[in-house]
Amino acid sequence: MLDKAIKGSKLYWWWLFILFGAIGTGFLAYLYQFTHGLGETGMSRDISWGIYISQLTYLVGVAASGVMLVLPYYLHNHKAFGKITILGEFMAVGAVFMCLMFVLVDLGQPMRMFNLVLHPSPNSVLFWDAVVLNVYMGLNLVIGWMVLQCEKKGDVVPKWVKVLIYISIPWAFSIHTVTAFLYAGLPGRHFWLTAIMAARFLASAFAAGPAILLLIMLALRKASSFHVAWDTLKGLAKIITYAMIANVFFFLLEVFTAFYSGIPGHQETFYYLFTGLSHHGHWYGQLVPAMWVSLILMFTTIVLLVVPQWRNSEKVLPVTLVILVAATWIDKGLGLVIGGFIPNPLNEITEYAVTLPEILITIGVYGMGALVVTLLYKIAIGVREELENKPRIIGAAEHAAHGHAH
Amino acid sequence: MYDKGKVITGLAIFFLVFTFPFWSNIGKTAPMPERSLDTPVLQEMAREAGLDLEQALKEGAINCVEDKDYIVSQHMHLLNLWRDSVVRSGNRMYAGAFGKRHEMSLSKSCMNCHSNKKDFCDRCHNYMNVNPYCWDCHLTPEQMGTASDAEVKQ
Amino acid sequence: MSATRREFLKIAGIAAAAGAAATPAFASFIPGNILWPRGESKRDEAYTAKRWAMVIDLAKLDQKVVETVREACHAAHNVPDFLKVAGMGAGEAKRSEIKWIWPAKYESAFPNDMNEHMSANVTQRPVLVMCNHCDNPSCVRVCPTKATFQRADGLVLMDYHRCIGCRFCMAACPYGSRSFNWYDPRDAKDPKTLVGGRAVDPGFPTRTKGVVEKCNFCAERLARGEAPACVAACKNNEMVFGDLSDPESPARRLLRERYSVRRKPEMGTGPQVYYVI
Ligand code: HEC
Ligand code: HEC
Ligand code: HEC
Repeated sequence: MLDKAIKGSKLYWWWLFILFGAIGTGFLAYLYQFTHGLGETGMSRDISWGIYISQLTYLVGVAASGVMLVLPYYLHNHKAFGKITILGEFMAVGAVFMCLMFVLVDLGQPMRMFNLVLHPSPNSVLFWDAVVLNVYMGLNLVIGWMVLQCEKKGDVVPKWVKVLIYISIPWAFSIHTVTAFLYAGLPGRHFWLTAIMAARFLASAFAAGPAILLLIMLALRKASSFHVAWDTLKGLAKIITYAMIANVFFFLLEVFTAFYSGIPGHQETFYYLFTGLSHHGHWYGQLVPAMWVSLILMFTTIVLLVVPQWRNSEKVLPVTLVILVAATWIDKGLGLVIGGFIPNPLNEITEYAVTLPEILITIGVYGMGALVVTLLYKIAIGVREELENKPRIIGAAEHAAHGHAH
Repeated sequence: MYDKGKVITGLAIFFLVFTFPFWSNIGKTAPMPERSLDTPVLQEMAREAGLDLEQALKEGAINCVEDKDYIVSQHMHLLNLWRDSVVRSGNRMYAGAFGKRHEMSLSKSCMNCHSNKKDFCDRCHNYMNVNPYCWDCHLTPEQMGTASDAEVKQ
Repeated sequence: MSATRREFLKIAGIAAAAGAAATPAFASFIPGNILWPRGESKRDEAYTAKRWAMVIDLAKLDQKVVETVREACHAAHNVPDFLKVAGMGAGEAKRSEIKWIWPAKYESAFPNDMNEHMSANVTQRPVLVMCNHCDNPSCVRVCPTKATFQRADGLVLMDYHRCIGCRFCMAACPYGSRSFNWYDPRDAKDPKTLVGGRAVDPGFPTRTKGVVEKCNFCAERLARGEAPACVAACKNNEMVFGDLSDPESPARRLLRERYSVRRKPEMGTGPQVYYVI
């Protein structure tokens, strides 16, 4: 099936060319960071994790959200999702791959990475995060590949693959739960020290991840022969709506606890993010505009999603989803990690200013992830094309007609 | 659908490129350079034994912390053992093979006797193409102010 | 196997490397050495304890003392002073600063013990802050490689050989006691003799970029029977170091006689640096 990845249209090759450009630039930037030290990033003694770990956090969510395509199909027999589960699985592979790369570029001593394996430490959440992420990537790669191969040959999916599929469903929840535990178990970081962190992570993931998938499917409708029925997409939009509402609801719960209890430690980061903090006659509030934009956009998306005419409109929905992705990215990919470090344990404030090498490396890693997803999708679509030899609408109706039922 | 020939060629090229470091120096037969043991500390130890350095070495009057065969082939493991004992267990003294106690320290022990790093460790390592990263942190005899390379006759 | 490697093994006088004797035990069978007790041990003069702890007398601290103490510690451990490095701006130096012990404002060290109208004698004095060598250290809990660990005598230490630089410990420490080597601490201009503008002290290795570091209660000095560098630099018992399990240790005596506080004990970390007021 690999040969499918090396036959493509001009558009396909241009896209790959752009991705390789991004990866190459990122690689050069990484060499620069590697030789000069992580000082070339905007991180500091006080803000010791920055945009890399933020992206890890965001992308674990994207990876976990693949389950939102798999779960309705396998647990609720929601036939319409049958043909798109593979997109969720391959997206998960790309997203986890990016997560691992973001951890790698964030390490001070990447050559010693294997110490994680040589000196396994079950008391460390990071150890478990590495375990669950790697297993999840493997699961999705094997499942996606096997299902595709069976489809190609017209075989029935073997039992053991089905077992893996059922394992992968709770596993998706575990990766984002464990990632939330990275933060939620640390004493002295009040903003993160909250039992609802994992739930909030999952809610935002199940909104943002399917939104990205839906956008990709809309793009594929334009750029390839892969046509997903609008009805299927509408189903997905419903899931996004519920998840987004839960996400904002959880956020409001946090706000209530912090401000009704009046405990300063719990409020300070909220103040920093939404009003800015004054400290020794200096005002710090770099993230304030972005956080307000995010908050307003979140409420906007909820309105746009809840009203059926807008949710079901082929014109409005894509816009809504782009807004949603932006809003959740600011919230989780920026505010959550960086905000948690402010103020520092000595109640002092240092701000974070992202640097050019950091941005280039980040883009490079996204490029790598996009490359992985592109190649896998190309193969999947190629196999389908070969089977059909004509553009087709994938949806509930024809699924039954398609031979190899799961 | 697979083009076997191409796949095999690709794999072969991949294999050759990745094993380059291993086969590139086949046929390089330069002799192992001499390692000098002529340092002030070892000279002094020989003098105390009433011998000159060469004799003392020959008669085994002065020795390394371990048996020679062992130290040549396993000194990296010994250093790891020392490192873990000192850093993790808090033990700093080592009872050597020849009835002496040594402080387990790279800079203060090994490099005290072998203060001619350039003419000793480095010569062998350069020849063997190993480059220990220890000196990113640990101080060389030069930095400790105890280097004796200058005194070593070439 | 390459030619050079074979050559080497010939010189080494062993037929195959094959993991031959990874421990030097066999050497003890050299005739005449059988009775020699092999193995690793402490120095005879080493200071040992069941539970090391530090007591700091806040009433005795002033600007001069804290500066002396900080300099003594940082010089002894080759902690770079980036402010002294030419070409590094003040902002960058501060961002990548490495601190083992340093003066903080009272309100920063004890944010929950800040009352209005408190005596300036307390609030205006510098407080020396450092790693608390906690009983229940969150940094040790989160470390994915056991690079930071707790010794039986309570010391929370770093194994710089093992640290991968993930900085999880920095996020986990509620005291901000950990620093990361954002840059190579050795001076680019003269890496042989300078760490961050300071002359290298031959007594302790430097670190390298990409590892986390912090105060080690001077494990290397205790091992040779010396008090920690900060304590040794104090002229007037401003800092007292001792074994908390020994009721007669000076540290215990001071704790018995005076009112003491600790930083953020509510975190459950069990900090072992005490401040007497
Ligand atoms: C007490 C002084 C002393 C100390 C300490 C010492 N050595 Fe040696 N070392 C010697 C002597 C003497 C020899 C030569 C032994 C012989 O030829 O039998 C030697 C030989 C060696 C050799 C073999 C050299 C060759 O080319 O044959 C190596 C390698 C070596 N030492 C490494 C080390 C290391 C590593 C350490 C620290 C762990 C160390 N030494 C500590 C004195 C010392
Ligand atoms: C007789 C040759 C020889 C001498 C002399 C020698 N070494 Fe080595 N050393 C080696 C070889 C060969 C290796 C690599 C072994 C391997 O790769 O398995 C090595 C590896 C090491 C390593 C581990 C490096 C790594 O990257 O794993 C350290 C540390 C080391 N040597 C320290 C020393 C010190 C310190 C001295 C001088 C006191 C010294 N060696 C002298 C041959 C020598
Ligand atoms: C990141 C910095 C760093 C690097 C790199 C490093 N060390 Fe160390 N090493 C230290 C520090 C710090 C200590 C603790 C010293 C102490 O407590 O006295 C230490 C202690 C040791 C000790 C015991 C005490 C002493 O004084 O030597 C040994 C042996 C040792 N290291 C061996 C090695 C070897 C071998 C390498 C290279 C393969 C290496 N180290 C690389 C920082 C480093």
